[in-house]
Amino acid sequence: MNKKKSAILLCLTFLSCLSFAQAKKPVHHSTAVAASMARGKIVYTNICLACHMADGNGVPTMNPPIVNTEYVLGDKPRLIKIVLNGFKEDVQINGQTFSNNMTPHSDLTDRQIADVLTYVRKSFGNKAGGVMAAEVKNVRALNNAK
Amino acid sequence: MKIKKLFILLLPAFAVFGLIVFNACKNANKPTGSGNAGLTLEPGFSAVAVAEKLGSPRHLVVTPENNIYVHLAGPVNGKGILVLHVDGDKTTLKTSFADYGGTGIAIKNGYLYASNNTEVFRYKLNAQEEVIDPGHPERIVKGLISRRMHEPKAICLDNDGNIYVNVGAYSNICSDYDPKKTGCPIIDSAAGIWQFKVDKPDQTYGDGVHYAWGIRNVVGLTWNQQDNQLFVMQHGRDALHDLFPNLYTVHQSAELPAECMFAIKKGDNAGWPYVYYDWMQHKNMLGPEYGGDGKKGADPKYINPVAAYPGHYAPDGLMFYTGNQFPEKYKSGAFIAFHGSWNRAPEPQAGYCVVFQPFKNGKPDGKWEVFADGFAGPNKTPNGAAHRPCGLAQGPDGSLYVADDQGGTIYKITYNK
Repeated sequence: MNKKKSAILLCLTFLSCLSFAQAKKPVHHSTAVAASMARGKIVYTNICLACHMADGNGVPTMNPPIVNTEYVLGDKPRLIKIVLNGFKEDVQINGQTFSNNMTPHSDLTDRQIADVLTYVRKSFGNKAGGVMAAEVKNVRALNNAK
Repeated sequence: MKIKKLFILLLPAFAVFGLIVFNACKNANKPTGSGNAGLTLEPGFSAVAVAEKLGSPRHLVVTPENNIYVHLAGPVNGKGILVLHVDGDKTTLKTSFADYGGTGIAIKNGYLYASNNTEVFRYKLNAQEEVIDPGHPERIVKGLISRRMHEPKAICLDNDGNIYVNVGAYSNICSDYDPKKTGCPIIDSAAGIWQFKVDKPDQTYGDGVHYAWGIRNVVGLTWNQQDNQLFVMQHGRDALHDLFPNLYTVHQSAELPAECMFAIKKGDNAGWPYVYYDWMQHKNMLGPEYGGDGKKGADPKYINPVAAYPGHYAPDGLMFYTGNQFPEKYKSGAFIAFHGSWNRAPEPQAGYCVVFQPFKNGKPDGKWEVFADGFAGPNKTPNGAAHRPCGLAQGPDGSLYVADDQGGTIYKITYNK
């Protein structure tokens, strides 16, 4: 009984401290980014997860990982173009070659692409800046003008 | 003052948290099963890892002198074929040769055959089944199509001087090449099995026989001596739900289509990309790209499989057991190495095992069963799996060898009465 009580107390202390710590934390990530991440996760689950997997690690020799790679963390326009146009060439990541084709996803809206890329760039251990719908819009316009 | 109080309050919480993390780490570091090299087997069987960290071993053969020829997907230190001598539970590297990686490897009538993604070579063997001149193989097949998808060329031989080579489809379901659905143009030179002569140099498509059609991709194939017939395992198509969300649920898309075992006669057509097999309805189906709706059956001119397995398991090895070591029920039955799925997400991945398919009178008889499991370890995902079974071979004493192209292990499975 005593043990149980103290265990509950411990848990409560722990939880309250957690929420306390969270509440005190300055609001770095705006609610807008959090909302974008949440929407992006849905897009990821429906469109991307089948190949890139729930953990973003992909499939050896076939579907490239999207964790800790310059393709995801680097130049945003290049990344946006991959979503719009698909990807049809062998790609080398961490010494491995991946060769499955990625289909174009230009049917997604600017906001959906911004959301999913924000989610990908901030998940699976990735820590890169988010993507705005306006950025996707610009890349799409240039892409279509070609 | 306030901070100090908070710290004191937090201390026990930290302790509990620490304990949880510590325990979690302890479990994670525990090897996956200490016996049987981490595998789960039927009672009476045991497994050892006779070689480890070889790179990416694909298919293998074992000679009567207990030498293993194993083909690596890519060369290690410039060599694509390793020769290991088995001594009980251990192996020693005897030699290595071939400047190319690949999957196919086979021995027949005094020759070793090996393939890369576009060619097949053969090497003359001496009386001890050792390669006489590893630097100068004869090239017997060249110019096979290899276009970034389903590239490996697996091989097997019959008793009449022929070799069979798969050429996988370089597409999931031919959509890019058949946008108007008037007929898939790539099946004239891919998605099939080709037959070549074992002793004719530099054969290509025109010299061979287009032996079987409409088979999306094959890695496991072998000659059944009882039937004197070719058996192949097809990797079924992907993405039924992703492409046709109104016709297939996420779950159906994980389970379908079946991975199929076909008993092949010359001229057979298995129907890719027009047809897939539904193992739950036991029916060859018209594909949704060509007017199917998940209910409409396929044209009966396309062959049915002789056995079917759950979707996306990825059969990479097929072998009929002819040894005397295993119990009677295994005699003449088929072992299938399932490399393991990736296209079942978001459902859990599956496969990553060696399956036994009972046979009677040269035909599958009864339900398949998992024979060896546990290759993947705790993380059953294509990238997280510790090991993925690929190649199968029978040793001279009737032991079963399994090559794992992810962790680089060769397992030897034996039966101890």
